[in-house]
Amino acid sequence: MYALRRFAVRRSRQFEWIYQRLESVLVALDPLLSRIGYGRLERPAAFVERLAKGLMFDCRMCGQCVLSSTGMSCPMNCPKQLRNGPCGGVRPGGYCEVKPDMRCVWVEAWDGATRMKRGEKISVVLPPVDRRLEGSSSWLRASRERVANLKESSESNRTALARAYPEARHSAPTSAPLTDETRKEGAAR
Amino acid sequence: MSMFYSDPNAIRPYESIPEGHKAGSVLERTLRNGEFAVTSELNPPDSADPEDVFAAAKPLAEVTDAINATDASGANCHMSSIGICSLLTRTGHGSVYQISCRDRNRIAIQGDVLGAAAMGVRNVLCLTGDDVGAGDQPGAKPVFDLDSVSLIRLIRTMRDEGRFLSGRQITKPPRLFIGAAENPCVDPIEFRAERLAKKVEAGADFIQTNYIFDIPRFERFMARVRDMGLDKRVFILAGVGPLASAKAARWMRSNVPGIHIPDPVIDRLEKAEKPGDEGARICVELIQQVKEIAGVSGVHIMAYRREHLVADILREAGIARTRKETV
Repeated sequence: MYALRRFAVRRSRQFEWIYQRLESVLVALDPLLSRIGYGRLERPAAFVERLAKGLMFDCRMCGQCVLSSTGMSCPMNCPKQLRNGPCGGVRPGGYCEVKPDMRCVWVEAWDGATRMKRGEKISVVLPPVDRRLEGSSSWLRASRERVANLKESSESNRTALARAYPEARHSAPTSAPLTDETRKEGAAR
Repeated sequence: MSMFYSDPNAIRPYESIPEGHKAGSVLERTLRNGEFAVTSELNPPDSADPEDVFAAAKPLAEVTDAINATDASGANCHMSSIGICSLLTRTGHGSVYQISCRDRNRIAIQGDVLGAAAMGVRNVLCLTGDDVGAGDQPGAKPVFDLDSVSLIRLIRTMRDEGRFLSGRQITKPPRLFIGAAENPCVDPIEFRAERLAKKVEAGADFIQTNYIFDIPRFERFMARVRDMGLDKRVFILAGVGPLASAKAARWMRSNVPGIHIPDPVIDRLEKAEKPGDEGARICVELIQQVKEIAGVSGVHIMAYRREHLVADILREAGIARTRKETV
């Protein structure tokens, strides 16, 4: 809904906070979610996400949500679906080139980002959307990716060795191992 | 025309490029030598006759470092930019291959980038593209698989890492001088420099701006660009062009997306006895003014259907140079 979408941008700071909490909760729940199985959770999670974010942000379920990098203004509402900023056709006063009655989602995004704690994330160059992920739950994906990042950083000492000696890793893998044999099954992260 | 059409079979071999250069194009060399660069836009023909391309290029070829071939600008159908650029490489003249994200997805674009580079094209300009609704085929499906920024990064990845976006290796990477656009005088004015920064971060080597008719606005933009140190990381070519009349200016302002023309400019055209001459005079003044702004490395002249005026405009602005070099 357009009015709620604009409200979310005006309250971008609060929504950023809510999103961060939601993500921490999902990350903390990862062991439980993994046990239930992300695959089994996919449909109910996507259903809830579609309803909630559809109402609040006019979410298009691209499956690769970047709201917290775009001032809580969803870039998929841009008629050109631009992921990295406004086009050159923005009308005077900040209105859309294609839909003259709509505020440019990127004018809104930059406005929202100025109020956010980590608003500078808007300047990160984002890759194009992977269209295979359309319709899937971005919340579950965010949680999984965050967990993967945490794992990688906690293992960075070990992987750094393999990265520093790529030839050794290639010709004599045991000299620069990547497989984690030190971690016991079910051990706390 | 045959003299201009120098060698119909000239296919340039895959050769090495000068040290410190990305592509070794004339445009890149001019800019890196610190000379004031000039590019201009070619009016693409609605025809399949190569002579029409050479005729359109003729008034621009000797006075510019590269000719931009637009990619269905305004979403209107014309000869493709890759076709025009390929023809121009045979005349030995530098071209800027414009790529819009509106009509092709990443598979088509990556293939075309390799094809263009193999034909000898050395400069590209990455654009989002006007919406299909602006053109002569409003019922077409808009693609927008990439946006201008992710397109810049894609081409840089192909050039510098020798890989497609899929990670698959390219045995001989394309040598390309990567350009991007900016529109400093339209909303959101306060974030245009930040958007430019993002394009530089993505990998842009040069910038061609949209029309500049509002010097104070452009000066504020450039001040911000200098504060961010962007003028040291990218070459900026200011976009200018001769207006035909007050009526044409008003039409452009309300019908072409992203064009800002202040009222005093239109008043000048209105009061002039010969509006066409006045439009060229305004263009000359704009070139002289942008040339004095720190961080501006050249001009990009968009003289739609007024290409015959470009040489005179450059001469009067005092920046005419004859270019005999190739590609």
